[in-house]
Amino acid sequence: MLSLKNISIEHPKTPLFNISYNFEAGKFYCILGRTGAGKTEILRALMGLEQLSNGEITLDDENISNRVIWKRNMALVYQQFINYPHLNVLDNVIFPLLRQKIKKSVARQKAISMLELVGLSELADRKPSQLSGGQQQRVALARALVKDARILMMDEPLVNLDYKLREQLREEFPKLIHQSPDSVILYTTTEPKEAMQLADELLIIDNGQIAGHGKPHDLFENPPNLAVAKVISDPPISFVKGHIENGKLIGSDGTILQQSGLQHIANGEVQVGLRPDALSLGGELTSRVVLTEINGSETIVHLNFSFGQAVMLLDGIHMFEADQKINVSLDTNTIMLFSLDGQNITKESN
Amino acid sequence: MAEIRLKNLAHSYNPAHQTEQDYALKPLDLTWEDGKTYALLGPSGCGKTTMLNIISGLVKPSEGQLLFDGQDVTSAPTSKRNIAQVFQFPVIYNTMSVAQNLAFPLVCRKYSDKDIKFQVDKVADLLDLTEYLPMAAKKLTADQKQLISLGRGLVREDVNAILLDEPLTVIDPQMKFELRRKLREINKRSGITMVLVTHDQNEAMTFADEVVVMQDGRVMQSGTPEILFEQPQNTFVGYFIGSPPMNFLPLKNDNGILTCDHTGFSQKMDKLPSKDQYSLGIRPEYLKITEQQNASFGIAKIIQIDDIGIDGIITLSFEDGPHIKLKTRDHKSLHLNGIVGLSMPPNKSLIYQNNNLISSNI
Ligand SMILES: Nc1ncnc2c1ncn2[C@@H]1O[C@H](COP(=O)(O)OP(=O)(O)O)[C@@H](O)[C@H]1O
Ligand SMILES: [Mg+2]
Repeated sequence: MLSLKNISIEHPKTPLFNISYNFEAGKFYCILGRTGAGKTEILRALMGLEQLSNGEITLDDENISNRVIWKRNMALVYQQFINYPHLNVLDNVIFPLLRQKIKKSVARQKAISMLELVGLSELADRKPSQLSGGQQQRVALARALVKDARILMMDEPLVNLDYKLREQLREEFPKLIHQSPDSVILYTTTEPKEAMQLADELLIIDNGQIAGHGKPHDLFENPPNLAVAKVISDPPISFVKGHIENGKLIGSDGTILQQSGLQHIANGEVQVGLRPDALSLGGELTSRVVLTEINGSETIVHLNFSFGQAVMLLDGIHMFEADQKINVSLDTNTIMLFSLDGQNITKESN
Repeated sequence: MAEIRLKNLAHSYNPAHQTEQDYALKPLDLTWEDGKTYALLGPSGCGKTTMLNIISGLVKPSEGQLLFDGQDVTSAPTSKRNIAQVFQFPVIYNTMSVAQNLAFPLVCRKYSDKDIKFQVDKVADLLDLTEYLPMAAKKLTADQKQLISLGRGLVREDVNAILLDEPLTVIDPQMKFELRRKLREINKRSGITMVLVTHDQNEAMTFADEVVVMQDGRVMQSGTPEILFEQPQNTFVGYFIGSPPMNFLPLKNDNGILTCDHTGFSQKMDKLPSKDQYSLGIRPEYLKITEQQNASFGIAKIIQIDDIGIDGIITLSFEDGPHIKLKTRDHKSLHLNGIVGLSMPPNKSLIYQNNNLISSNI
């Protein structure tokens, strides 16, 4: 187990505040957050590239906070696929093993089977420059995997690849990586769908802090706070102002958004989260279309209500003119309510 | 403002071009209406940047003509074309402030100080860069630099077209969502034609009135997002548009009757050369799970469930047969290893002959 205990870092741009978390071996952890939230900073802290101003890092209960990077038993895959340009693919994968003082013949054998695993056996003799982006990133992955490191970190590894390749590697990566039950796997991304698909456990980072963690689906259905709600969905959740009055939810213009069932929430202002699939065509709410985006099978409609702006995701293709008036309904089961300090207060138990 | 026409245009970077392979752009003919939004979509190396550079005048095509409102501008210098371009690998002037970087295209064209300030403030406000205006550009992060480069492209509103070469790659999805909307608003308000280059089909589809899908220097299909989704003219477009991609199942040709194993699909058609390859294209969005007794498209086993938020992607396997994916919002009620029935609306099943669409409305 890899543990972060009250880690803080004083960094001018992306400081970290009091991060504590236990990562278990054999699990795939995704760290999701916006650009600049502190995702890479956490990985850098783990590697010992940032001075901790507080806290400690332990691996199997042993404090590794002061260990030099190459003694931390870690492997990293970067955004920019970094391979040695002068070495062919096979030697690129052998190289980290030789540095670990593994015998050449053993290293070679390991590298060959790793290339087989990532599907690059036939390209073993090529130089990195003769490979496509996706192939280069698979070489980088093979180089990281072959070390059998206890901690495997991937920092937005797909961000520089074509979208279709990303889709393909997103399917391949977990299959390749899940073969090492002793390793902790950390994977950072800004893409909610990618994180949802890959993660066994999901951590949301916001402003240098862990804003939430848990099973992806639970975080999606029931984000603990606004910071999580703001990054967990694509298309994003819309937020409007409202207030609770005797169990009713009322929009800023007086529209009743939910008739009843909210007695457990004290009267007063709340922030209302509307999932894109919470709105559907036909109903009581009047809105004006701001913009329609069609992404093939679905239509994303940006709507102006008298209580604010919200995005509606519809199955199928629907054409609306800008400024067209349409009526929609709101599925009250998926409404999320947040207190003014950002805590999710929708459910009674909260 | 102008209509842009690429007439029998082709380009090879190799002056001694002989074979088709020498061409980064194979002969193509496209017309872009004034004021609309377009996207050039395709994998890297397919010729998107080359096409943009031909329009802006940085590259002179080796064959064919470029017309603005019917006027031949193939040999006109960049400065005469009045086109704003956001480059894939932008140059940000590190020694200048953010404001000076944004003002650069205006200063070059000798705008008055007053106009410069007005335009720069407006574009900074649009891109949420106002607080950064006095800062030195070198202090910015990669995504902020990309915004500046975008801002430089949008700062002039007296142009024929704005060409955007992958301006959103290192921007996170939340910001992308906002920017897409802002770009569309600028287009609606100003009526300037916009051409966006991207490898991300979702970005292309949501941005553009019309998407040009390219592969290997060829236009594979050009059309509205709806047409590309519903009627992909070839298997490449079926694969490239849509996430997950279109499923393709092999079809057998028995004397003019096409059948698809495991699914019960069969279709009689005229004139089907027996040497050709046939396949059935199925969008994951149209495939539905049903009770086994109501199955009209075979029985399959659920071998993977990927929950991606609102939607779930379900991978199914026919007995000893191929895999097929479907997309649904009801994924929470499904179980791994469950045996389920499938149904598929016949009019959404597309038949491909040697990778080209031959039937769409059965
Ligand atoms: N200046 C150049 N000289 C020679 N070949 C080039 C040049 N620019 C691009 N190419 C080649 O032309 C093809 C298309 O490139 P490009 O238009 O940049 O594609 P895209 O923008 O779609 O990634 C590629 O095969 C690329 O290697
Ligand atoms: Mg390009």
